[in-house]
Amino acid sequence: MGILSENKRAALLSVLFLLGVCLIWEFSIPAPKAAGELTEYELLTGGGQPKAGVPPPSQVIGKAWEQLSNPFYDAGPNDKGIGIQIGYSIYRVLTGYALAAVIAIPLGFLIGMSSVAYKALNPFIQVLRPISPLAWMPLALFVIQDSEASAIFVIFICSIWPMLINTAFGVAGVREDWVNVARTHELGALKTAFTVILPAAAPTIVTGMRISIGIAWLVIVAAEMLVGGTGIGYYVWNEWNNLDLTSVIFSILMIGIVGMLLDSLFGLLQRAVAYSE
Amino acid sequence: MGSSFLSIEKLSQRYPDGKGGEFTVFEDASFGIEKGEFVCILGHSGCGKSTIMNILAGLAEPSSGVVKMDGFAVSGPSLDRGVVFQNYSLLPWLSALKNVTFGVAARFPDWDKAKVIEHSTAFLAKVGLKGDTIHRKPSQLSGGMRQRVSIARAFANEPKLLLLDEPFGALDALTRGTIQDELIKVWSDTDQTVFMITHDIDEAILLADRILLMTNGPMARVAESVEITIPRPRNRAEIVEHPNYYAIRNHLVQFLSRGSTEVVASSEGANSPTTVRIDVESDAQAEAEPPAPRLLAVEG
Repeated sequence: MGILSENKRAALLSVLFLLGVCLIWEFSIPAPKAAGELTEYELLTGGGQPKAGVPPPSQVIGKAWEQLSNPFYDAGPNDKGIGIQIGYSIYRVLTGYALAAVIAIPLGFLIGMSSVAYKALNPFIQVLRPISPLAWMPLALFVIQDSEASAIFVIFICSIWPMLINTAFGVAGVREDWVNVARTHELGALKTAFTVILPAAAPTIVTGMRISIGIAWLVIVAAEMLVGGTGIGYYVWNEWNNLDLTSVIFSILMIGIVGMLLDSLFGLLQRAVAYSE
Repeated sequence: MGSSFLSIEKLSQRYPDGKGGEFTVFEDASFGIEKGEFVCILGHSGCGKSTIMNILAGLAEPSSGVVKMDGFAVSGPSLDRGVVFQNYSLLPWLSALKNVTFGVAARFPDWDKAKVIEHSTAFLAKVGLKGDTIHRKPSQLSGGMRQRVSIARAFANEPKLLLLDEPFGALDALTRGTIQDELIKVWSDTDQTVFMITHDIDEAILLADRILLMTNGPMARVAESVEITIPRPRNRAEIVEHPNYYAIRNHLVQFLSRGSTEVVASSEGANSPTTVRIDVESDAQAEAEPPAPRLLAVEG
């Protein structure tokens, strides 16, 4: 094994593991009986096999190929391509997330800079933060009266807390020396905020943003199952109602892949703002 | 005293002691610094050296007393008073060069970018940093190099007063030696007024025109102002050969180890420190045979 680098060995192992799992999955599903041998009742209940509904990986791969080769087709409200559904979800996540960032980061700055603001706002943050974002949904639907906007609101409310708390924490933790450097160079408040405090707190702030985007992506699936219409969450639920488990498994995989991509984008950003002392 | 470039008048610092009373760190500290002078302040930990430094920098407020520079009372931090902190205080997300240009751009806002970079690079070169090194981040530099960047940043700003807070405290002895040399080199090229805190007697003798001695805290005071009667340019190897060196050194060591209570008693009521001038060489010439080092106390 000395010829292969550590990364190559790990990649090889990953592929073997994936193949192994797929093979076990494929062969643990009994082949459906020929339709002629089934009674009418068995046909109606799905083939009379206990696991008849769970598709083997070969079918899922086939589905993925079919869906990904034409991701943006639109054949009516209940039949849209996976690309369109994911596009809707990403649009909602990014809108709600951007609104949250616009509020959380300046507010976090304020809380981090002023201990009075921190003490005044902390009780509210502590009460609001543990509320499950979906608990806001009925209220949002009633007040906003628009399911699309309500989903965005739910994303907004769930992604605001990690960003707010991390920004406040990062700003409060900026080393006194660096602030003194700004003071002895007669930098104004705004210039100090942008040239000293923001870069100093950036790693902590971006960590908060990364946690937030992860939570937002978790929550959008559940929110779309509730509000319906479009989006990857709605797609999963719709395919469940269609008893199309192949599509359900395929969309679960897609949720994971998109979540990973979003997270790694923030991983890149995190690396860009990191510094070592 | 009032005519000095920088005059510190009756400076006191008290903190509440947590039991309803007050704890006085130092009291009625008064001294002056002339333009272009290099003054070191020596004293045990806890006598309030760093507090005096922070007050001069404008980062702290004294309980009472004033600091006047060029005849005007000082309040708040200013670009006229540059500071080199003990822990370098470089911004770790900026390269060495950017750390210097950061200061230069703040000091000379009407300079264009090229001029700022040229000026900064020149000062980095003066402390021996050139080429690729200046584009590295502080974390990629050794402690000595970081302090060089910090010194370059302070000198490049050409402040009216440069404050050095134990700049070599965190460095090993060898590095300290080379950077002291760099510091002398940069300082002699400019007519910078420097006020420096140090714990190191030899460093103080090597660098300073005058050493201020503080008594132990609490209720510390600036008791003596010792002139360093060794001609410049000084050099680490040759300075120890000078007849005044050990006379001055002994005086300083004795002051610091005595705990300095007697000195307090003797200068009771006087606000300014007693000026002490030790010059074995001229005494020797005057009296033909070398006597024991003599102290000449002159009221300042």
